[in-house]
Amino acid sequence: MSILVYIESNENEIKKSSFELLSYAKELSKKLSLEVIALVINCSNILTLQEFGPDKILSINQTKLNLFNAQNYAELISNVSKSTGAKNIIISDSVNCKYLASLLSVKINAAFISNVVSIPSSISPFIVKRSTFSNKAFCDIKINSDIKILSISKNSFGVNKNKSEPIIENIENDFIESGIIFESVELSSGSVRIEDADIVVSAGRGMKGPENWNIIEDLAKTLNAATACSKPVSDLGWRPHSEHVGQTGKPVSTNLYIAIGISGAIQHLAGVSSSKVKVVINTDPEAPFFKVADYGIVGDAFDVVPKLNEKLKVFQAENN
Amino acid sequence: MVCVSCVPETTSKINFTNNNTEFDSSQVQYVINPNDEFGLTRAVWFKENDGAEIDVISVGLENTDQILRKALAIGADRGYRINQEPTDSYQVAKLLSNHISKHNYDLVIAGRESIDYNGGMVPGIIAEILHFNYVTNCVDLKINENKAKIKREIEGGIETLSCKLPLIIGAQKGLVEESDLKIPNMRGIMQARSKPFEIIEDNTVETKTNTISFSKPDNHKEIKLLSPDNLDELIDLLHNEAKVI
Repeated sequence: MSILVYIESNENEIKKSSFELLSYAKELSKKLSLEVIALVINCSNILTLQEFGPDKILSINQTKLNLFNAQNYAELISNVSKSTGAKNIIISDSVNCKYLASLLSVKINAAFISNVVSIPSSISPFIVKRSTFSNKAFCDIKINSDIKILSISKNSFGVNKNKSEPIIENIENDFIESGIIFESVELSSGSVRIEDADIVVSAGRGMKGPENWNIIEDLAKTLNAATACSKPVSDLGWRPHSEHVGQTGKPVSTNLYIAIGISGAIQHLAGVSSSKVKVVINTDPEAPFFKVADYGIVGDAFDVVPKLNEKLKVFQAENN
Repeated sequence: MVCVSCVPETTSKINFTNNNTEFDSSQVQYVINPNDEFGLTRAVWFKENDGAEIDVISVGLENTDQILRKALAIGADRGYRINQEPTDSYQVAKLLSNHISKHNYDLVIAGRESIDYNGGMVPGIIAEILHFNYVTNCVDLKINENKAKIKREIEGGIETLSCKLPLIIGAQKGLVEESDLKIPNMRGIMQARSKPFEIIEDNTVETKTNTISFSKPDNHKEIKLLSPDNLDELIDLLHNEAKVI
């Protein structure tokens, strides 16, 4: 019996979000008296995981797993969960993890709970809190199934260091390959991903036009931040859909969210509500965003943002 | 087949009643889940350009009929409502699978996730039960004979995948644009009244979870307002107080 944590990677590098998953699993393992097994696919730097307390690391290196394929990955995790007897499977809230988890849940007859925000409040019955209504509320869910897949919301639990000396096993796995064939990929070049960013600089219609985005991009570059935007901006075609933050776009759980020229429609605020610190810069003091932000500046973005950028550069030069 | 879910309109105030165990639906307007509506609109294009026939289905009680009627007015040909209160994604997916397995659908479209429960698992569960190919976060879909080409939004880009039908997709914005969404016209509304609409009684109840109670985040925050002439203070607060830079 064990808790299985699927460790996600990006170009063979373990994703930072995995450390939070292991921290969560470690806490859960204390409640359930179970060991924590980390499953790693095609990664070289697996020893970085031992800082976060796994009892065992299962490492798989197979070329047919080089590209993410939800069906193949679900099949693999299903096989591993059966062979290890894992009844609790912990995954991230990334689009890939949610994609594979719905398939996995049927393969192993599990309940799949997405957007989990805390350690279970009770083990028997198993009750866990998740966010719902697009981050406008939470609900407590009782899981009636013996086997559970929990997808943990980013930044909801935090990272705890807990050094261990895990047993490392290299395993092989065989499965029937999915009928979905990879053709090609277009990556947006040179930018920080919204999903991975510690800081997101987001802008709205207050920017008056796509030609003015250079000041947003300059600030993002200084802060090593991802750029994002409000719904009207993506609907107008000023910025790509992939930057749209909100209820029908992306949720953002980041450490620092800077909203520039975004008034703060309820759908947008829902999308950013799980971000830790919010800064708003807007000419309109009545903008709803001021009601949910931590720091606010009533002022003109075209004046404030370039000044802020210059001052941040000075600050960084002094602090590094 | 397009699967639609009936959800509170995006600007709805979210409140709970009955000791925080039920969603307060008073004064809430219900709509087709936005992700499902992007999918429905794409289906209507298949009808207009390729002669596809569209069935639309939802799991729900009588109040769900309004969104199915709207779907018919926009262009769906037949409506189905499985008469059960949706409580759990697995239950909904199982009921939809029961219906889908009795028909020869080439393509099933559902939304990436509903904006109320945000489970994001219904299409995947159906795919696995019925052994359909499944792609979610779908932002483009082309079908030629028995083969589909799909663009999927991934973290940091877009990938192109291909597979054979039958296929189930999770739709999202990008599959069609917001400006492509159709508003039913009078002719559509009149036609919808004479389109086939069936209420299905299926007593299969398989749930894996129960929602016990709801709570709301504590949004009350004291904002610190700073002068645009005092950006040094903002940087100082972000560094020393919030510790985020």
